[in-house]
Amino acid sequence: MASGDDVTSFDPRRVRADIPQLNRVINDRSITYLDTASTSLQPRAVLEAMTRYYELRHANVHRAVYQTAEEATAAYEGARDAVAGFINAPGGSGEIVFTKNVTESFNLLAKSWGAANLGPGDVVLVSEMEHHANIVPWFQLRETTGVEVRFIPVTDDFRLDLSDIDALMKDVKLLSVTGMSNVLGTITPVRELARLAHRHGALIAVDGAQSVAHAPTDVVDLDVDFLLFTGHKMLGPTGIGVFWTREAILADMPPFLGGGGMIADVRTDGYTPASGPTRFEAGTPPIAEAVGLGAAVRYLEGLGMANIVFHEHALTGDALTRLELEFQGRVRIIGPPDTTARGGVISLDVDGVHPHDVAQVLDQFGVCVRPGHHCAKPLMRRFGLAATVRASFGPYSLAGDTDVLIEGLAHAVKMFG
Amino acid sequence: MSNLEDLYREIILDHYRSPRNRGELASPPAIRVEGFNPLCGDEIVLYLDVNDGVVTDLKMTGHGCSISQASASLMGAAVKGQTVEKARATILTFKQLMTDHESTLEHDGEPAKVDLRSIGELAALQGVVKFPVRIKCAMLAWNTLSQGIDELP
Repeated sequence: MASGDDVTSFDPRRVRADIPQLNRVINDRSITYLDTASTSLQPRAVLEAMTRYYELRHANVHRAVYQTAEEATAAYEGARDAVAGFINAPGGSGEIVFTKNVTESFNLLAKSWGAANLGPGDVVLVSEMEHHANIVPWFQLRETTGVEVRFIPVTDDFRLDLSDIDALMKDVKLLSVTGMSNVLGTITPVRELARLAHRHGALIAVDGAQSVAHAPTDVVDLDVDFLLFTGHKMLGPTGIGVFWTREAILADMPPFLGGGGMIADVRTDGYTPASGPTRFEAGTPPIAEAVGLGAAVRYLEGLGMANIVFHEHALTGDALTRLELEFQGRVRIIGPPDTTARGGVISLDVDGVHPHDVAQVLDQFGVCVRPGHHCAKPLMRRFGLAATVRASFGPYSLAGDTDVLIEGLAHAVKMFG
Repeated sequence: MSNLEDLYREIILDHYRSPRNRGELASPPAIRVEGFNPLCGDEIVLYLDVNDGVVTDLKMTGHGCSISQASASLMGAAVKGQTVEKARATILTFKQLMTDHESTLEHDGEPAKVDLRSIGELAALQGVVKFPVRIKCAMLAWNTLSQGIDELP
């Protein structure tokens, strides 16, 4: 009766009950998991799908003809179908390349598409709020091709500074930006940026690592050209990432890693690469991880992405308000202060207390947060910070998690005050 | 909270809030050496004046967590005025303290490798061993000092 998109059917306590790790007790406290932006926890449906695969139908894919091999191939390709549906890939599963993680997806983008299409005089435009995964591969490409890497600045209120964007777009061939900052929680205006890129004759790539699991993502509606994301931040396992681009672009991309599986033919005088996604999937792929990702996608669809957005939005608004009230500026939020175009990633700077000490105190309360630079050092430098403490929500988070966070933060403030 | 109080002893919090020997020395003649913990972003710059085999003065700048900063401050207080040979021995003793398994610190029958009575306030840092991720924070200043001593002419 209740569909996934029926708001009343969504209950985070039921999601919690599906996640074995949330039963753990740490330092005599129930675990309070607030590190979903780093990696999400897995529901039983994902763990069981992977176990069933290994117990019953493990075999190599695309090779043998015996029954379990056929089943393994069907399970692997079924995951590709599920992922294609999840982001509404217009060309279906033929546009979904499985990688190891977002970082590998960006390396595929830079080293295959980038190396073939970019050279001296061309520009890749990224932003100051990018994860290192969307910066370092471009610097590496610059070393080999002479392409220029340019940055969109970030405003004092933690948004992309688009005030001079037309000048920044000069000679840009690729605009590569995050859909949601893994430090600030800022959601970027992807649809607007896609229009802008296309008006300037450029393509647009979106780092969906943070955004895909926390908002509906439709690549046709957004009109983007590349979408890169990873399984373990969307309730799936580690070791599986996704690279999506339109079929026409994928067909012209040269192979990336070479070896078995990615070829149509190999002779003593050379090789012919395979066509389609397998051209980019050299070697035995992460089959069980793909199966797990497929299960995660179905699980998220069952919850309803609109419900997840609604739930996390409410939690974030509540947390931002309470942190401000409770600490009166002693705890500064490094990110947009309200829920307008921002997701459930909350970076904190506790006055006079180093992030590692804050996180250590929070650990005593069973609270899992991430201290550090979050692989976004240019952004940290922009705001004169070495590190922040980051708390982040998932569909299994509750307002009670914020209670424990505040209790722990108050203890840290008192201890070091 | 017993664990937490093991880690954040009052001496450590005191050295974090009021670090000793902060500042710079003219270099040269002082030896200037930098330490960096890329994982946490902890940084230290250490200045050493060494005359006739004695660490006659020592200053430091930098930033980091309470453990890295308190450890640096405690280290400065410990080695300032020591001979270089004694400072080397203190570094070794501290490294040993950071590798002593916690069981040897807690059980009376098992003597710890380091005699805590011989190391004064540095003993306050022994609780760090129970938090393996933080050992590198405590070691930063000591590794930097070690490097500085190795650079002595």
